[in-house]
Amino acid sequence: MQQEVVLAMLAKEPAHPYQLRARLDGALGPLSDGLNAGHIYVTLNRLEKAGLVALEEPGTGATRSERKLYGLTAAGQERVSQWLSELSWPKPDLAEFHLKLIAAAAAGLADPVGMVAAQRRELLRRLREAQEAALVEPEDSDASLLLEGIALRLQADLRWLEACQKIWAARRAPHHGSER
Amino acid sequence: MTSDCLVRARGLRKEYGRNEGLVRAVDGVDLDIGRGERVAVMGPSGCGKSTLLHLLGGLDRASDGELWLGGRQMGELSERALAGMRRKDVGFVFQAFNLMEELTAQENVELPALLAGCSPRAARRRARDLLEQVGLGDRAGHQPSALSGGQRQRVAIARALANEPLLILADEPTGNLDSAATREVLRIFAGLHAAGHTLVIVTHDERIGATADRLISMRDGVFVDETWLTGGTRGRLSTLIGLEDSAHE
Repeated sequence: MQQEVVLAMLAKEPAHPYQLRARLDGALGPLSDGLNAGHIYVTLNRLEKAGLVALEEPGTGATRSERKLYGLTAAGQERVSQWLSELSWPKPDLAEFHLKLIAAAAAGLADPVGMVAAQRRELLRRLREAQEAALVEPEDSDASLLLEGIALRLQADLRWLEACQKIWAARRAPHHGSER
Repeated sequence: MTSDCLVRARGLRKEYGRNEGLVRAVDGVDLDIGRGERVAVMGPSGCGKSTLLHLLGGLDRASDGELWLGGRQMGELSERALAGMRRKDVGFVFQAFNLMEELTAQENVELPALLAGCSPRAARRRARDLLEQVGLGDRAGHQPSALSGGQRQRVAIARALANEPLLILADEPTGNLDSAATREVLRIFAGLHAAGHTLVIVTHDERIGATADRLISMRDGVFVDETWLTGGTRGRLSTLIGLEDSAHE
């Protein structure tokens, strides 16, 4: 997980690690099942060493679990603002699969059409998972918006595979390259 | 045919035209659908998926091959018997809803039961229950023109259920709907599936197709792929997002 995600979750107000976890759970819904509380502690430690977060004084009568209250430092605030204004975007990593197909066809090691079909099945299963999760998610939840994005991306990838299928099937056809 | 097999097709064909104009819309299809299954048929427009659906529902007769629904071979039925089967055993849901505009939602849902010889009283009660089931209990007296697209499709689904069909066939059921209405329709289908209904959905939309248990891909009148989308846990949803991979850095 990006350190900035944890950092930004502290922007509203200082929080205990378990509160951070709850905030992430709320934002990710069923997609947060892989998040491990340990990751959050490790990230907070790192951020503390980097001077981006600091432990705040606990109030009197604080219980043990409430002892560690983290807040942003000035440098942390600065980093969050910078992160929010960045125009970064995850790159679609299609080149690897594309090159796989080309290499497989060139070397005659595997059938590109079969590879496309296998990949398509895999993406369809993922899409099913995303759709199933979306259908049980309340309409206006944060997680439903994320699931919508995931489903749309998978759909775009599936459409690209459709195009791959067409082209590679045509190349495989016996009359490819000749007029008759 | 085993008892849990509801639909069976062998060498099913449908051709239109002749000589150079011959179109093989469905070109030799074998298909088994079990009771309670949810199957999607996907493919580009013109691949034959709607023609296949029409054959399965008895809206059209095959040029060749055999087709059973609930143990009866459709090719051997008279026109009259086929019409009866269509009315009683099959529920259709279309992209354009196909509701009677001059009738209320309630009357639209009653109609198939009345045509099948049900008493007006029983048809009325059944329609009310079904509209309730699709969340439109308070819209029963509205005409289709007073309903949103999503609501109209829900009326159409209630109508499809009126005679407790063996098989529900849906042709691009969300093609005219926005994303919120699409979700609503998909939720209803999921509920029908959970209640044991058998569903066949034809679509060109991957997101709709992916809600089925089995997805059949069709091209040029034949099945080119068949994928089971269930079975075996596929791992955690979180692998769909990129957050956990880099956590160990």
